[in-house]
Amino acid sequence: MNKILIADYGMGNLGSIKNMLKRIGAEVEITSSPKAISECKKLILPGVGAFDVAMDKINSSGIGEALNHVRKEGSHILGICLGMQLLTLHSEEGDCEGLGWFNATTVKFNFDGKGLSEDLKIPHMGWNRISINPAFEGKEQVKILQNIPDPKRFYFVHSYRVVASSPDEVLCTTMYGEEFVSGIQKNNTMGVQFHPEKSHKYGMALLTNFLRL
Amino acid sequence: MLEHRVMPILTIKNNGLYRTVKYRKPKYIGDPINAVKIFNDKEVDELILLDISEDRKWDNEKVKYYREISEEAFMPLCFGGRISRIDHAKRIFDSGFEKVSLNSSAVENPQLISEIANHYGVQSVVVSIDININIFGSARVYTDLGRKRTHLRAIDFAKQAESMGAGELLVTSIQNDGCMCGYNLETIKQVSESVKIPVIANGGAGSFEDLLDGIKKGKAHSVAAGSYFVLNGPHRAVLISCLSSTEVMKITEI
Repeated sequence: MNKILIADYGMGNLGSIKNMLKRIGAEVEITSSPKAISECKKLILPGVGAFDVAMDKINSSGIGEALNHVRKEGSHILGICLGMQLLTLHSEEGDCEGLGWFNATTVKFNFDGKGLSEDLKIPHMGWNRISINPAFEGKEQVKILQNIPDPKRFYFVHSYRVVASSPDEVLCTTMYGEEFVSGIQKNNTMGVQFHPEKSHKYGMALLTNFLRL
Repeated sequence: MLEHRVMPILTIKNNGLYRTVKYRKPKYIGDPINAVKIFNDKEVDELILLDISEDRKWDNEKVKYYREISEEAFMPLCFGGRISRIDHAKRIFDSGFEKVSLNSSAVENPQLISEIANHYGVQSVVVSIDININIFGSARVYTDLGRKRTHLRAIDFAKQAESMGAGELLVTSIQNDGCMCGYNLETIKQVSESVKIPVIANGGAGSFEDLLDGIKKGKAHSVAAGSYFVLNGPHRAVLISCLSSTEVMKITEI
């Protein structure tokens, strides 16, 4: 159960994720084969770039179908950054439908008219903290965030954020002008807005948890 | 909320780690990969690597070398040095770096900033502005490792870089490079106040107080330093060091 697949649909920096997974002792394979994906037990859906371009590539390559299949089989799937946003119904960034696994949508950060004293930049880029959904404390869902030292800091780079309609799907939140959803979880699927692969021991702990699920 | 970042800058020449004073007299310090490993263990916020080799070639060996470096770093990485085309940037991103830093090419071909920003996102482009203060007290932009003077005023060029799509500006005072006497706070402040994108102060930091000043007085969003992280004491002995946890807290709490 030490094997993790990284879905390669032509977008994002897969090397860094592979690097960290190898460092924590995982057997890693980067693949664009729908067949390999449909048979995997553990998968990371990475992504940097535009929502529509990503969904087009996922749908046209057959990866989308394979993802829906393994999700139903109960495999563990972790979306990172854009990979998390792809799990929502749709995004303001484009017209394509997302995978729709979560009762959530993706919207652009917008601080206009919110009376913020600070001049907040978009993209939200840099190190920021996460707070675990208090409703999850001590429960099964929080396994992915256990053993992460406090304060739990991660590296973020994004202009869009996820809005969850079901509070029980919110894994963690982060403050940037307002509180936004920085992690989602439902059964065997989860997504994080930040980059664990670029977040030192904090990210390493998270990926180790994922490996052990 | 978003934290201020503190970033060591490693200056690399022909695969060796060097430190300069006023961009001159490169002094050999050690092995870059070893230094990256140490900074990774110390969990620095971000690392900037600037290749100052004269060689303009983009062969596979160079790319392979930088991939080896990125494999040792579990934090965001920025690379600068002779990036004059978008495919140079692509090779760096493919090697595991998140950002590229453009210096001479941003002045000679500002369109390159937009090209990379449009393709890879604004967060992936840092424009590095090297400045000297002229005899009339005006901060002017220099290129080509500080050897070539341009007529551009620092704040004008900063605004131009921002409008072309730069995600951040790395502002370095050449006169203060390696002096460990503090940043050129006045210029850093002028630039920080003229743009909305984050400014990283660089050039001259020699103490923790200098870093604090860069943020408090220079109004920079983040601070960088070369010598401060690799040299120590009056004799400038080689010693790679990082902030203590108390110091990190102080920066975070600003």
